[in-house]
Amino acid sequence: MKLKFRKGLNLSIKGGVPTGAAVSSAHVECAAVCPDDFPGFMPKVAVKEGDAVAVGTPLLYDKRHPEVKLVSPLKGRVKAVVRGERRKIERVVVEASDSVEVPSPKFSEISDAASVRKALAESGLLAFMRQRPYDIVPNPDEEVRDIFVTALDTAPLAYPLTASGASLFEMADYESGVAALSKITIGKVYICHGGDLADRPVAGAEMVEVEGPHPSGNVSVQIAVIRPVDKGDVVWTLDFVTLGRIGRMMRTGFFSPATVVAVVGPEVVLPGLVKTVVGAPVSSVMADRIAHDGRHHRVIAGNVFTGTAVDGSTGFLHYPYRQITVIAEGDDVDEFMGWASFAPKKMSESRSFPGHFIKRLFAPDARLNGGRRAMIMSGEYDKTLPMDILPEYLIKAILSHNIEDMEKLGIYEIAPEDFAAAEYVDTSKLPLQQIVRDGLDYLRKELE
Amino acid sequence: MSKLRNYLDKIKPNFEPGGKLHAFRSVYDGFETFLYTPRTTSAPSGAVHVHDSIDSKRTMIIVVLALLPCFLFGMYNTGYQHWLALGAAEFPFWSLMLYGFLTILPRVAVSYIVGLSIEFAFAQKKGEEIQEGFLVTGLLVPMICPAEIPLWMLAVAVAFAVVFAKEVFGGTGYNVLNVALVTRAFLFFAYPAQMSGDKVYVAANAPFGYGTSLPDGFSGATPLGQIATQSGSDIVLKGLDGGIIDTWQAFVGLIPGSFGETSTLCILIGGVLLLAAGIASWRVMLSVFAGGLFMAWVANTFASPLYPASYISPVDQLLLGGFAFAAVFMATDPVTAARTMTGKYIYGFLIGVVAILIRTYNNGYPEGAMLAVLLMNCFAPLIDYCVVQANMRRRTKRLTAKASR
Repeated sequence: MKLKFRKGLNLSIKGGVPTGAAVSSAHVECAAVCPDDFPGFMPKVAVKEGDAVAVGTPLLYDKRHPEVKLVSPLKGRVKAVVRGERRKIERVVVEASDSVEVPSPKFSEISDAASVRKALAESGLLAFMRQRPYDIVPNPDEEVRDIFVTALDTAPLAYPLTASGASLFEMADYESGVAALSKITIGKVYICHGGDLADRPVAGAEMVEVEGPHPSGNVSVQIAVIRPVDKGDVVWTLDFVTLGRIGRMMRTGFFSPATVVAVVGPEVVLPGLVKTVVGAPVSSVMADRIAHDGRHHRVIAGNVFTGTAVDGSTGFLHYPYRQITVIAEGDDVDEFMGWASFAPKKMSESRSFPGHFIKRLFAPDARLNGGRRAMIMSGEYDKTLPMDILPEYLIKAILSHNIEDMEKLGIYEIAPEDFAAAEYVDTSKLPLQQIVRDGLDYLRKELE
Repeated sequence: MSKLRNYLDKIKPNFEPGGKLHAFRSVYDGFETFLYTPRTTSAPSGAVHVHDSIDSKRTMIIVVLALLPCFLFGMYNTGYQHWLALGAAEFPFWSLMLYGFLTILPRVAVSYIVGLSIEFAFAQKKGEEIQEGFLVTGLLVPMICPAEIPLWMLAVAVAFAVVFAKEVFGGTGYNVLNVALVTRAFLFFAYPAQMSGDKVYVAANAPFGYGTSLPDGFSGATPLGQIATQSGSDIVLKGLDGGIIDTWQAFVGLIPGSFGETSTLCILIGGVLLLAAGIASWRVMLSVFAGGLFMAWVANTFASPLYPASYISPVDQLLLGGFAFAAVFMATDPVTAARTMTGKYIYGFLIGVVAILIRTYNNGYPEGAMLAVLLMNCFAPLIDYCVVQANMRRRTKRLTAKASR
């Protein structure tokens, strides 16, 4: 199957990793698991500070489904359980140590669907997957209509997933991953790729080639064409790297925490790939790559659309642990009458800026570039979402807490990330992703 | 440049809560964000980290730029019609421009001062940022009125429209009706004597003592005004000098009419700028013209002496009066137009149809564009509702099809 999308947008931002770049590796002294990265997961702590843990030892478990775990990516000791306001768990930090003697949990004799589900939940890999509706960590007990694996990333400055996974997993891993997932679902396992898997299909999966600008790499967009999610349907989604991890676990019995991170962005000196573990400190991956140009920097764990801003010296990688983007913060510049500017360096989808017509790479900063307004312009969001969805009306239904309209307008088909491009182009600077996230959470609270 | 920045920073505390000028916070804020792009940055998580350079200030300023050709032409034409009425043989360019400028300047000033004061007051009361919508409205209003509309009327109408058509609904982005057209409609219905007839569309006075006043009994009707009073099938439109107004003249716009509406040429220049910048919707613009052409063709095909306007050729219908101006600048207002793709075609087409319908078959109103846009503003939510329902039905159908399988 081949899907072609026309709507959407690709941002041309400086600081991408050249294809075929070498992978360096980082020395990791500690790593953190942040439950906020896993929507729908209600964390309970399974360890105490000072406990010895191995790779794969559960650190947190879900309050409602205790078999769903978040596990340690390192062998060592629990350094801290960091809590924020009202004792909310912000992260669990593990410090690496070779002296501890704890065996890693091993998952073997996985044969039927129930045992696959159990192994996924216990190994922490289920938390690396998402379910539709609601875009949350899957409920391990639910019947799964289909499973969608995404093997392309169209977000700004993303490095091809299949290429970065090449140093981590082999074909056999992906194949046994598909074999395991096939046991769970009553439907099919689909793998959507950007054409690079066309000549080496993964056995057992339905291969779908996807072409087009972002958000064609978003799974919602692909599902909407392949087999739309209706009310009552549950599908699971995951990325290609997680598929590799699942396969590796099926073959060896162990959770593999390794990941390859692309260090990118206009404020990065030498964009490149770094092999490390999930939840590693950003500083260990960045080494000395941030430009020393005296500007304020924003270090983003993730891409500029969906990532989390972290402190460059104390922050950690965040799910999905694939990318670090560094851009200028922009709160240290005074731009005189920026709205009147015709400077070609201004990045915009609007034809009123000359930069729109010039083929070049931009170095945007983190400013909103304007004040927040009511929704004024119409049709802006539609251009960024290649789905049969009316984004403005869905946003309005969410803002007015109208559950019936939300359902009818297709809220079950979408995730916050699908509104990222719309949020970027929005003249009124509305926080669309947050609105969608709040809407999904509200809906789940009301219906469960 | 940094001197200005330092000065702004220095006086800022006065405008913050507790400062002695805190009642003018919205004014300070308006000027500060106008002069310097705000330093506000994206949220740390759950949001995009980069934003497009476009904002609502730039959007509004581009509309103002697009209005400039019409505005400059309006200045010239106001002077030209005045000279013509005086029976002059020479038309010195700069004198005409100066006359037009001096005539319109007080109207523009009153419109902005009244409207912006109300906007600043509401922004202050609500504790919000000042919004840019009135930058466009404030210029549109004098352009769609007779050049010599009395200032106090303009002030009353602008105040009425900004408060009751916009602020009571929540401000820019929430209004149902186009604010500039509500101003125009208010004037039209409250002071009909000053807004219609054959005395008001040619500037007669000497603004600030410049130029010569026209004699008292002077009359000069707009083309549409002439049509409304004619009978029979042979319509001849005449300019102030007795010359015949043909299609070309109607297109260029050296004819009596509202200040900025007469030149279809300049309106099209503005329209091209709006479309090139991607600010206005080509769907709306195109379908207004299509609707107008269609209805004018129907009227012309079944022309009857009962309705003299039905004898105007379809092309002339689009060139005369405020039709083109409404199509390019009024119908395309994104807030009051239909918001769905399909809805925009329907909305625009019906504006065109209704404008010509009113103009032709309602002898009480020689011009229908204003009422057509206001009427369709009211129907835009209904049109969108139907389009949205169709989208919802597709999804419901899919669900029921699955359930029955």
